[in-house]
Amino acid sequence: MRYIEPHGHMVSRTTDDYRDMAAAGCAAVCEPAFWAGYDRGSVHGFHDYFCQLTDYEPKRAAKFGLPHFCWLCINPKESEDVKLASEVIAIIPQFLERPNVLGIGEIGLNKNSRNEMKVLEMHVDLAARTNQLILVHTPHLEDKLKGTRLILDVLKADQRIRPERCIIDHVEEHTVQMVLDAGFWAGMTLYPESKCTAARAVDMVEMYSRERIWMNSACDWGVSVPLAVPYAALEMRRRGYSAEAIDKLIYQNPAQFLGQTPKFKLA
Amino acid sequence: MTRQQVLDLYFIEARAKLIDLGAFLDRVERAAGEEDFRMTAFRAALGELSQGETSKARRVLLSFSDPTTEPIPAATTKAACGAWPGTK
Ligand SMILES: [Zn+2]
Repeated sequence: MRYIEPHGHMVSRTTDDYRDMAAAGCAAVCEPAFWAGYDRGSVHGFHDYFCQLTDYEPKRAAKFGLPHFCWLCINPKESEDVKLASEVIAIIPQFLERPNVLGIGEIGLNKNSRNEMKVLEMHVDLAARTNQLILVHTPHLEDKLKGTRLILDVLKADQRIRPERCIIDHVEEHTVQMVLDAGFWAGMTLYPESKCTAARAVDMVEMYSRERIWMNSACDWGVSVPLAVPYAALEMRRRGYSAEAIDKLIYQNPAQFLGQTPKFKLA
Repeated sequence: MTRQQVLDLYFIEARAKLIDLGAFLDRVERAAGEEDFRMTAFRAALGELSQGETSKARRVLLSFSDPTTEPIPAATTKAACGAWPGTK
C-alpha cells in the first residue's frame, strides 16, 4: 500500500513517526504552517519557523526516504493581530521559490472574526499574485459551518482564484457538499474526537464524492494519529474496497491536486 | 455493503457508543449544580437522531453550529467549546 500524507505538522512529531509513516507506505508528507501552541512574539519567530519547514524538516524526512513538502502562512489562530500578520505575509515571498514549498496554507478562519477575515483576504491576494496553490483550514466545532461559508465567499469573490487549485480542509458532513458544489477540493481530517473518524470519512466518500477529495491525519502536538490515513485505508478494506479504489483516495487524489505545482515530485 | 454486512461490521461498536452516551447523561444528571448551554445543545442534537430518514450526522452537526452569518467583532479566545451559546 502507498499513500500520501497531505497534512501533517511534523515539526511537532518525533522522528519515530517519520519512520512509522515510511514503513506504512507513505510516499510523501506535506506540512502546512501552523500555530505553535503559543503566539509567536514577532516576525522573526515566523522567519525561523519557515526556515525549519523548508530546510531542516525535509532533511529529517529524507533520512527515511520520505519527500517532505510544506505550505506557508500565518495561522488563523494568530490572525487577530493584523499588523503582525502583515509583517509575516511580507516575508513569505522570499521563501516561495524554495523547492519544497507547495503554496499558501493553512490559511482560513478560527473564530470567524473581522481581523481573521482581513488576514484571510491578504493571504488570498498573495496566493493570487504569486500563482500559488491554496490550502484552507476551516474552524473547529460550532464555528465550522459559519467559517466555511465565509471562507467560500472570500474565495469566490476573488476572480483570480481558481477553485480547482484550492483545497478546503477539515470538512465534515455539514460542510462537504457546499465545498464540492463550489468546485473546490475537500480535505477530511481523521481526528479521534474533534473532526471525523475513518468510518465517517469513508461514509462521506460514499455519499458525496470520490473525486476532488482526500484524507489526512493533520497530526500535530495535540491528540492525533500520524498513521490515521493508512488506518482509514484498512477501514475501506474492511468494507470490501478494491486495492485500486483505496489507492485512488489515499494516493492518486492527493497526487492529482498537489501535482498542479511542478514542485510536487514523487521519488 | 448490504445492511446485514453493515450491522456485522458496526453494530457492536455503535452499541458501545450508545451505552457510553447513556452513562454520560447519567453522570451529568448525577452531578451537583446547573447545566449550561452545551447540554441544551446536546439534548437538541440527540433529538435529531430520532427524526427523519437521512443525514442524521449532518443534522447533529448543524444543530451544534453557530447559525449566524456576520463575522464577530474580535476573537477573544482561540478555542471552540462544541456548542453554540445561542441554542434554545
Ligand atoms: Zn493543520
